[in-house]
Amino acid sequence: MRFAPPLASKSRPVRAEQMILFRIGSQLFAISASAVQEVRSGDSLAGAATELRQSHVRKVRHVVRRGKRTVYVVNGAMHFGLPPSQAALVLLLRRGRAALLVDAIEKMTAIRRLQAVPRAFCHVERTWYRGLIVAEDTVIPVLNPGGLLEADELSLLDNLVADIASEFAAASDEARVTA
Amino acid sequence: MSAVTELESQSYVLLRLGDRRFALRAECIGELVTPSRIIRFPNQTPEVDGVILRRGRIVPVCDVTETLTGHKLTSLRFYLLSLRHYGAHTETVALPVTGECELIAAEITPASGDHPAHVEGWISYDGEVIEVLNLDHLTPGPGPEAKELAHAAAQESRP
Repeated sequence: MRFAPPLASKSRPVRAEQMILFRIGSQLFAISASAVQEVRSGDSLAGAATELRQSHVRKVRHVVRRGKRTVYVVNGAMHFGLPPSQAALVLLLRRGRAALLVDAIEKMTAIRRLQAVPRAFCHVERTWYRGLIVAEDTVIPVLNPGGLLEADELSLLDNLVADIASEFAAASDEARVTA
Repeated sequence: MSAVTELESQSYVLLRLGDRRFALRAECIGELVTPSRIIRFPNQTPEVDGVILRRGRIVPVCDVTETLTGHKLTSLRFYLLSLRHYGAHTETVALPVTGECELIAAEITPASGDHPAHVEGWISYDGEVIEVLNLDHLTPGPGPEAKELAHAAAQESRP
């Protein structure tokens, strides 16, 4: 009986990379520690955040100014289609225009082997994840920060923020005239 | 040239899904393994049940039973680790199967263009005509929506 030859390894050997393992509901995820600028509690960010009540992007309900950047806070549970959870922390990312609302940080770990997402997964998850790691006796998807918001979602959010800013400016002018 | 000489004799692995048997080319088969814990994470590919770990490698589990038979798999006994081509790349996928598999030699009658893309042909064995499957058109992957076409074909042929 002739069997297929063993497959060449599809995993990408990498130098040890520090990963932050975090949880949304019962699901464990990982993100490269180098991609995270800051971890803040949701409460501490509340004062600096503007609520987007009429957002067409349901997973984004708040926007935060970080220096010159407008950062949209993405609800992790909604993004990944998970049941609503007790999100308490915001991961502010070094690049891009999204922050991620998560339930808890689990731990940090060093990984040496990032495996590619199998090609059988052929939909949007390919942009969600950089790859998969084996840790904690399970398989953990590694978040791709660039996959949190698509270009059309960013465009919708930018338009909404611009509208809010215009309304605010108009209201300020009106108040000045009245005064 | 007679019709007989046009037929190819090759090795196939017979697999059982529910009460039906199907065949795959033997060179597409890795190994038959006992079920291990299936691990799930968020995704939007419903044809993939999850992944299993096999010698440190992450292998997606693709249950094709409903597509092929119209019924869900009720008893899982093994995973048949099979090779699936994605263009120039080949990856392993795990197919849940109901019973033990059998290696046979048989001659294939190739399918014509009128048949679903996942049917490569037929072999005759033990008084039964058995579909030879083409995994590249049966399991999910980027490219043409072969999976949907296969599912539609199965729906049409269902009694």
